[in-house]
Amino acid sequence: MEGWIALYIFMLAAFTGIEVIRRVPAILHTPLMSGSNFIHGIVVVGGMVVLGMADTTAEIVVGFIAVFLGAGNAVGGYVVTDRMLEMFKSSDKTKKKE
Amino acid sequence: MIPGLDFIVPAAYFAAAVMFIYGLKGMSSPVTARQGMIWAGFAMLLAVAVTFFHPKVEGNYLLMIIALVSASVLAWWWARIVAMTDMPQMIALYNGMGGGSAAAIAAVELLKVHSGQVQLMPTTLMVAAFGAIIGSIAFSGSLIAFAKLQGWMRKTWRFPSQQLINLVVFGVTVLLGLIIFIVGPNPFLLLLFFAFALAAGILITIPIGGADMPVVISLYNALTGVAVGLKGYVLEIPALMIAGIVVGAAGTLLTQLMAKAMNRSLGNVLFAGFGKADEDAVGGEVAGEMKSIDATDAAIQMAYAEKVIIVPGYGLAVAQAQHKIWEMTELLMSRGVKVSFAIHPVAGRMPGHMNVLLAEAGVDYEMIHDLEDINAQFPTTDVALVIGANDVVNPAARKDPSSPIFGMPILDVDKAKNCIVVKRGQGTGFSGIENLLFFEDNTRMLYGDAQKVAQQLIAGIKSLG
Repeated sequence: MEGWIALYIFMLAAFTGIEVIRRVPAILHTPLMSGSNFIHGIVVVGGMVVLGMADTTAEIVVGFIAVFLGAGNAVGGYVVTDRMLEMFKSSDKTKKKE
Repeated sequence: MIPGLDFIVPAAYFAAAVMFIYGLKGMSSPVTARQGMIWAGFAMLLAVAVTFFHPKVEGNYLLMIIALVSASVLAWWWARIVAMTDMPQMIALYNGMGGGSAAAIAAVELLKVHSGQVQLMPTTLMVAAFGAIIGSIAFSGSLIAFAKLQGWMRKTWRFPSQQLINLVVFGVTVLLGLIIFIVGPNPFLLLLFFAFALAAGILITIPIGGADMPVVISLYNALTGVAVGLKGYVLEIPALMIAGIVVGAAGTLLTQLMAKAMNRSLGNVLFAGFGKADEDAVGGEVAGEMKSIDATDAAIQMAYAEKVIIVPGYGLAVAQAQHKIWEMTELLMSRGVKVSFAIHPVAGRMPGHMNVLLAEAGVDYEMIHDLEDINAQFPTTDVALVIGANDVVNPAARKDPSSPIFGMPILDVDKAKNCIVVKRGQGTGFSGIENLLFFEDNTRMLYGDAQKVAQQLIAGIKSLG
């Protein structure tokens, strides 16, 4: 990929990340860290691509590890975040009842 | 090859990138957080599904599915069964896996370059090596953080000239990366390179104390994001670049916010460690003595108070006392006592950790207050009940310029008319700093496990009828 274009993508993505998070209440810091932890689980896609082109045993083993770890990151990150947010939801409900 | 795939695959990645950003945006408000997470989850499924049709993927489909399914089942199961109090280390663990995945991707790419099947531009090769270093450090560092928070590794390891050794190990890693860049990768060099990068992550993390772990985990989270973004560049998948760098930037900002809440700089967290500062500072004499109180008296004091503020800390999380505390709070409220909760930005092990636990117990949002909102209320409060919090209520942060935590914003519980501190023993807190609060005239210590104490307090209040 053209290096400069990549650099522009990185720059814009960095600003997006900062802007999206800037005014977040402190109570959401942990869920948010957990949520962003889930999002970088997208690395599993990269793992699938390298495993998909692996030929030698070493490549296949390491590629397998890449997919395994990436999938663990994504699924674990999702469940952890979901469990945290579930709690916010339940307290929302009690508030509405009153 | 199905026609149109060369359009569908990149289009799906593009859609996934949009949904990730939209989802993250949603997560920045409590109301839309869950919805945001669902968007992000959908983006992930879509991206994984179309990757089976990625033009570079030529085989090993079965292995791919085995890896995906086995990891998903394991991660799902473990994330389901752990207690809410253990969430911080689970984030560390899953984050480490992401970093490890990025490092493994780099390893395969570099092996491919070695066998001549893949040609990488010099810049790309450099980016691949750089991403490998960051991913490896995030991997081994996060696992150490996990082990520490899980209690598998209690000690903070410090040895002479540690900084220097860390620097050397890191320097050698970078040097090996450069050699790979110049002479090209070969298996032996790669093995050495990854070994050093992993060692660097371990060495950086072992001297850091538990109190600083949230900041460190957040930093590794950001690093993994950056590593993923760099892998996206190497593999030419923009969705990875965007998701990775967005997380990298957001994570860096989050790390700074956390460090700021503790009044420490990031460099201070990483390179100084609490330990060194205290050894000189803790010595300062403390006037007065600790006075204890029993649960019955404490219950009476609160039951006849007009206004009570509860300050929860990590001790509450460890003892899983949130439900009992809420039960006690409801009893107090039924007697007409005005009760609120005050939460320090870094109470517990992570910002928001206490909020999550209290929400789990069913505490109403509106009863929970931030430091800025509630500090002015302490002088008019009859009883401040501190449960398992320590450094965040230490008046030394206001009074003692020689204290390592001087300047850190704290909850002014010492200004309340009475202060009851629930604590397991007489020892110092996580930072090892003596807490001046415990020696104040209006402070009473109530020793015991937070859960049991809460039980006794409930019994005490009930007995008043």
